[in-house]
Amino acid sequence: MLGVDSLTVTRGGVPVLEGVSFDVAAGEALILRGPNGSGKTTLLRTVAGLQPALEGQVNAPEESIAYAAHSDGLKANLTVSENLSFWAEIFGGGDVSSAVERFDLKSLSDRPAHSLSAGQKRRLGLARLLVTGRPIWVLDEPTVSLDAFAVAMFADVVKAHLADGGVALIATHIDLGLDAKTFDVGPFKAKPRPTSGFDEGFL
Amino acid sequence: MKALLFRDLQLAMRAGGGFGLGLSFFLIVTVLVPFGVGPESALLSRIAAGVLWIGALLACLLSLDRIFALDWEDGSLDLLATSPLPLEAVCVAKALVHWLTTGLPLTITAPLLGLLLSLPDGGFLWVFISLAVGTPALSFIGMFGAALTVGIKRGGLLLSLLVLPLYVPTLIFGAEIARRGVEGLSVSVPLMLLSGITLGTLALLPFVSALVLRINLR
Amino acid sequence: MASIWEYANPVKFMRLTDRVLPWVSVLAGITLAVGLVWGFFFTPDDYRQGSTVKIIYLHVPAALMAINAWFMMLVASLIWLIRRHHVSALAAKAAAPVGAIMTVIALITGALWGQPMWGTWWAWDPRLTSFLILFLFYLGYIALWEAIEDSDTAADLTAVLCLVGSVFAILSRYAVNFWNQGLHQGASLSLDKEENVADVFYQPLLFAIAGFGLLFLALVLLRTRTEIRLRRTKALIAREKMA
Repeated sequence: MLGVDSLTVTRGGVPVLEGVSFDVAAGEALILRGPNGSGKTTLLRTVAGLQPALEGQVNAPEESIAYAAHSDGLKANLTVSENLSFWAEIFGGGDVSSAVERFDLKSLSDRPAHSLSAGQKRRLGLARLLVTGRPIWVLDEPTVSLDAFAVAMFADVVKAHLADGGVALIATHIDLGLDAKTFDVGPFKAKPRPTSGFDEGFL
Repeated sequence: MKALLFRDLQLAMRAGGGFGLGLSFFLIVTVLVPFGVGPESALLSRIAAGVLWIGALLACLLSLDRIFALDWEDGSLDLLATSPLPLEAVCVAKALVHWLTTGLPLTITAPLLGLLLSLPDGGFLWVFISLAVGTPALSFIGMFGAALTVGIKRGGLLLSLLVLPLYVPTLIFGAEIARRGVEGLSVSVPLMLLSGITLGTLALLPFVSALVLRINLR
Repeated sequence: MASIWEYANPVKFMRLTDRVLPWVSVLAGITLAVGLVWGFFFTPDDYRQGSTVKIIYLHVPAALMAINAWFMMLVASLIWLIRRHHVSALAAKAAAPVGAIMTVIALITGALWGQPMWGTWWAWDPRLTSFLILFLFYLGYIALWEAIEDSDTAADLTAVLCLVGSVFAILSRYAVNFWNQGLHQGASLSLDKEENVADVFYQPLLFAIAGFGLLFLALVLLRTRTEIRLRRTKALIAREKMA
């Protein structure tokens, strides 16, 4: 469902990972691993279509990817349910109430987002994934600031998503207890390019 | 797009500063002008239309850097870029919200402030009309500037430097309409030219701004 | 026949300009010297304007170059956006400060000329105003280049600004014409001196214009070379960090 074919991604014009290839079938998850600064975020942003790849391509159905990164895109002055309904509407109407339920946000749903704790905000940010109704989740460190209980809750949601035929591509250091392959980006670190080619001397 | 429009309006209302700040600034500028140039009503009534236009333009400028910056900081812009809503529509919505929260209130209050500056009788209508036609262009040009500088920390000053020269034609034609209106001359030529600029910016700048946003996001 | 695009390769560009630059510089110096010396010392005084008219040999070429520099930046920006040649983007970057300085020279010499002629340093004449606006455009363009760290992003954004700015610069030019006409009908201040310039003044002026053109070319080549080296240094540092 999600395929990446000999992808080279760049950060600030410099290749960081090259020749990355993997395939994730419906119902599967892939966990990305690698040290800080190894290019996981860059790879995820490229897969999500936020930046162009230098080489190779990302194969996924049109408008099927939901992306979640370090910042949750929450508006401090809107309540929990307002925040969620907004994204539901933008993405074409997912089910807000069940998303609230599954991330245990019911009691908070009328609180403005600025009054939430960091972990609660994160849960709200992840609940957004459910209301997008998109099958491919591209997640960058989704468990930051979640407690053990919330991590388990999140893992359950991901499992349910996979069971529904969804796909998840997750960069994380935490063991989510998913039955998933891992993909180490280390070996794909881009080597300095030989100084040939058209713009030699630049890159 | 309606959802985004609605949310941003809601945010502008709740955060305060949306409507209030620009208007207060406009009021203060208008009040300061007589202190600077003297209280003679003959002089004030001559420059009233121009002062109102400059004041409105500066008040518009004040809130430009918030158009995309907030969504950029909290990651909403990333999410909007991956949503089914095209970025062009995001740009239109953002510029519209900016106009609704600054341009429109400014247009409505400008005739009232005209009283403070002894704006001649014939001027009220034309100040109102010229601002109504011209301020959407200010918002859309400003939105383009905001898209250019969204990734720059403390880009506010740079934004002004980029946007002000782009405001020149709008200001010239807008103020010209108001001035001709005051003098009772025909306003049709500058009015048509101003409408042309407004329609042109409305039609083209959302595409350019979306392109610029994509460059900034990558 | 090698394609002209080959010189968009930084190495080829450096090699070519290394050979060409000294010649261009020398030629610029000679033409400029001929034009200015001829113009300043070997032309008669104008019967109305006296010797002040001779500032034309600085004013007109600088004004021409101010506009041409922007035009060159526009073309270079288009080439960058379409063909993604880094040298093109860097050439646009390199031309901006030169163009800005030319604009300042045109404005200052204009003021010096205007003072004895019109009795004022500055008038809101359409041409003067347009040049002032052009200067603001240059400032914004340079400031945007400076503000963005990532060089490809900076090149893209400034190129778009240059395109949009050009449209608005043309709009401003017409708006300013319109506005001034609206203020004082039949302005008595006109800068259209070129129309009635006699041959004695015209020939050295051509030399001065050619000299300024060559000077502009030399400066832009030199600055582009510096930008390329700077860019290369950055790339090498980045590579060092990666390894």
